[in-house]
Amino acid sequence: MGTRACKHTSGMASPSIGEAGKTGQWRTHRPVVDAQKCTPMKRNTPGCFQCWLFCPEAVIDRSIPIEIDLVYCKGCGICAEQCPSGAISMTPERDADEE
Amino acid sequence: MAVVENAVRPTAGTRIITGNEAMALGAKLCRVQVVAAYPITPQSQVTEKLSEFVEGGKLAAEYVTVESEHSALSVCIGASTVGARAFTATSANGLAYMCELIHWAAGARLPLVMGCVNRAMAAPWNVLNDQQDSMSQRDAGWIQIYARNNQEIIDTVIQAYKIAEQVYVPVMVCYDGYILSHTVMPVDVPPQKAVDAFLPSYTPHTILDPADPRNLNQVTLADPRMDAEGTLCHGYMELRYLLQEAIEQSADVIAAVDEEYGNTFGRRWGGVTWDYRAGDAEVILMAAGSLASEATVAVDALRAQGYKAGVVGVRVYRPFPQRALQEATRRAKLVVVFDKSLSYGYQGPICADLKAALCAVESAPVVHGCVAGLGGRDVKARELVDTVKESLRHLEEGKPIKEPIWVNCQI
Repeated sequence: MGTRACKHTSGMASPSIGEAGKTGQWRTHRPVVDAQKCTPMKRNTPGCFQCWLFCPEAVIDRSIPIEIDLVYCKGCGICAEQCPSGAISMTPERDADEE
Repeated sequence: MAVVENAVRPTAGTRIITGNEAMALGAKLCRVQVVAAYPITPQSQVTEKLSEFVEGGKLAAEYVTVESEHSALSVCIGASTVGARAFTATSANGLAYMCELIHWAAGARLPLVMGCVNRAMAAPWNVLNDQQDSMSQRDAGWIQIYARNNQEIIDTVIQAYKIAEQVYVPVMVCYDGYILSHTVMPVDVPPQKAVDAFLPSYTPHTILDPADPRNLNQVTLADPRMDAEGTLCHGYMELRYLLQEAIEQSADVIAAVDEEYGNTFGRRWGGVTWDYRAGDAEVILMAAGSLASEATVAVDALRAQGYKAGVVGVRVYRPFPQRALQEATRRAKLVVVFDKSLSYGYQGPICADLKAALCAVESAPVVHGCVAGLGGRDVKARELVDTVKESLRHLEEGKPIKEPIWVNCQI
């Protein structure tokens, strides 16, 4: 089946989850959170959340424990860069699968 | 295809005006809501007139002063995206400066209308006429219409909005700098009421609206993909197919709009092509814009000397009127094409496109391509006559001719 059913005259999309496809498939490295180092998880207080703030794809939940939606996480690593306590490490997908 | 003769019979609405004023008045009659243009010779009077109209309260439009042509077309794109009828005009280097947005406007399928006052491209600097500017934008996805006199300019800009807003493809209304832009002619200015009845208000295909947020013309990768609702959406290639389809289909729309315009205002311009004394012509002169008008004078002279000559004028260059030109040249043995531009390293664009259109036609006429009038070099009817006679001589003697033939190049 072709794309004739799509009635768009020009390129357009409605902002919604999954509109750009399952972008998690683009990921080569997965963010893995160390609960011993993550501030909110370690202290059980809703503080920090720099990963949530900086995630460009809004796939991190501001929860305890923090949750990352791996269906859409592209693995950019910004969360790991931003984490002040070094709790997030970018792990190659192959290794992450083996864990 | 009909012989097109639209001699203006003076009426209460007849004005003696330049081509630029005709263009500005046409845009005003279309009640454009946003004008963004940057002055450049020979287009400047268009912007001056329109700013006068807006400033004087005669045109209810937002006139956005911009710092460049790139911004002018950007403003028009933004305005059209939120549902406004937008207009701009430029020439030569200004058009080149718009280049990125020319492609964008077409890809975004925005029904803008632009006046392109044809001027030679630098270097070296030259503010005079040829058609290198618009011809070099032929592949951007705009409809291009070439007017041959000031009456056609005002009529075509009104037609252009109707065409653009039906097929969602922007239209460039091209007319020759100075030869038309700065020359006064009697022009019948259609009454506002009649234009209002002819041209319905603009209905955008998509309105950028905070209540229904969209990403417009977002990154669209190679392959189609499902959206969140499960509809398989066009990839880049599908959207480009749709643009091509719309431009191909616009040929019929252009003809229908011209016909309806004729029924309403009493003037038709031939749709995509027009002809003059071409019915029994053995040799056809072909050109676009004012040069094609000049060719009618040459044809009268050739006829007086016993040559069966005629003119086929290319009014619409994109979509290329392939079928109309195949039909119009069917009975001729020779077509001499006069291009006011050149695809450097090959031939004039109209000539090259005509040759491509005729290669599938059995016993097609021979086509000779000429380059004429670059950088404002005057093209006289007798030079067209001499060129055609030389071309015919080569054909009759079976001698090849070196193309392109440079008309009145004194090197």
